[in-house]
Amino acid sequence: MATGKALRIQPQTSARAVAISALLLFCLLALPALLSTYWVKVLTAVAIFAVVALGLNLLFGRVGLVSLGQIALLAVGSWIAARLFFLTNMPFPVVLLLTGVLTAAIGTLVGLPALRLSGLHLALITLMFAGVIAIVAPTTNFPNGGSGVLGHTESSSGGLVVRRPGIAESDAAYFRYTVIVAAIMFLLALAHVASKTGRAWAAIRQSEPAALAAGVNTTFYKLYAFTLASFMPGVAGGLYAGYVGRLYSYQFSGARTIDSVTLLATVLMGGIFSLWGAVVAALLQNWFAFFETNPDFLLVLFGVGVLQVLVTAPEGLVTQLPRDLRNLGRLLSRAVRRVGRSPGSAT
Amino acid sequence: MIEVERLTVRFGGVTPLDAVTLTFPEGTCGLIGPNGAGKTTFLNVLSGLVRPVAGSVRAFGEDLLRITDFRRARWGLRRTFQQEQAIQRLSIFDNVGLVQEHCGGSRGSRRRDVERALEFIGLEQLADERVGMLSARHRRLVEVARAVVGEPRVVLLDEPGAGLPDEETEHLGRVIRRIPEAFGALVVLVDHDMSLVSGCCGMTAVLDFGKVIASGPTNEVLRDEHVLRAYLGTEEQV
Repeated sequence: MATGKALRIQPQTSARAVAISALLLFCLLALPALLSTYWVKVLTAVAIFAVVALGLNLLFGRVGLVSLGQIALLAVGSWIAARLFFLTNMPFPVVLLLTGVLTAAIGTLVGLPALRLSGLHLALITLMFAGVIAIVAPTTNFPNGGSGVLGHTESSSGGLVVRRPGIAESDAAYFRYTVIVAAIMFLLALAHVASKTGRAWAAIRQSEPAALAAGVNTTFYKLYAFTLASFMPGVAGGLYAGYVGRLYSYQFSGARTIDSVTLLATVLMGGIFSLWGAVVAALLQNWFAFFETNPDFLLVLFGVGVLQVLVTAPEGLVTQLPRDLRNLGRLLSRAVRRVGRSPGSAT
Repeated sequence: MIEVERLTVRFGGVTPLDAVTLTFPEGTCGLIGPNGAGKTTFLNVLSGLVRPVAGSVRAFGEDLLRITDFRRARWGLRRTFQQEQAIQRLSIFDNVGLVQEHCGGSRGSRRRDVERALEFIGLEQLADERVGMLSARHRRLVEVARAVVGEPRVVLLDEPGAGLPDEETEHLGRVIRRIPEAFGALVVLVDHDMSLVSGCCGMTAVLDFGKVIASGPTNEVLRDEHVLRAYLGTEEQV
């Protein structure tokens, strides 16, 4: 019976799983050996930002809630992780998990207005949160050591270094570690999307009254979405702390309010209806590392990019690029066939 | 049975429901009226989307207004909306399954419940199709499946045939007529299509400007002079 098919793994799904596993293995085994240290570091940053973008991708793409505070939550995560690393000897994965949980608690508090607000009003609230972090980070001289929660050291060596896990002290090993954590976050997101929770989010995105009428506890699921979307930048913040080593307020340009806005732009451009869109968003977010571009010009470029995506491909580059490449391939093959058939070609 | 007494809703200076008192006994009952009569507001009160300022609603002896909005679906109150609400990106199976799982249906019975609802509307062979790929007729049937999956006690259908051609509305009518017998639920049908209402509903109530102007056996109500006047208007004496 047809419904039985719903529970069977489709061949297409198996092929996709094999391709993703192969890509993951390539990233873990081949990439660090093929690339210079610079590019390994750039791709580590891409993996970290992919986790941050994933949180927003889930929140906006699956539930329809807009947050402009994701980069601020990355800063909060880095802060919490740094303090946990300085104050305790807990293993790296435990610190990551704890950082994610604590950041999620803060993000959930910020998300409380989401129960009553949506759209522009919710975006403004989260933008204000990003603004607060952008002020707090430099005024407290971003804690890089010392005692207490706000400890800061002015030593010439530039403060304490956030330790990396014992198995991932080199840049190449830390890249692998980051990719594995990012893959776990993507699996976590996938598990949610394919579950009862994901279907509840889909119902809320479609229409909140209809979701309520379908028995969905919209209050719980909206808040849970905020919790998960904050957990992810929290974990990414822990990875970021280990990535940069020493933490200063100026390093946290990411805590600047504008970066929270550009993240939304890159997530939109990447594609909010596919989790892969978060990877495209992370690549765009690290555009500067790939192409030396004036940051102001980059803002203009992203503005045009968002306009292009919204008008011509609301599903984002992650869908548009393969489709356009397929169309281009078809056009080229048609052109080649036409040239082959033309009278001149017989001579 | 649904018993509504002096139900009043106010939005600022507007009173879309004004001391509405009516009873829907069993089977399929109709609720009709001209545009702006308060039909959808009435359904919104029953489903918890609008809070009345006065009145009571008892369904099968329980005070419906005391149940939290999303818990009413778990109690057994289901509804469709004028605009399609099935999620285009999800399969038919998942669209129906999400209602089952959020209405307190067990994981063990999920597949059985969904299959039963899909067999009822005759789309079991398309269970894996995305709703976005379906025709308007099939999408409307999916809405019905979402409303009957599990153990519904009251099914509210808000213009379920909107936008469908006559022959497809007839098929939908045949499906709706079978709901009380197949699921034991009381159906309240709101529609402008009088052939659908008269074909499905044993009794019908008529709202106009938030007030009940007629209620009783459908054939009699549709001939009622007040109802005809509400639909056709009155000649103005000059």
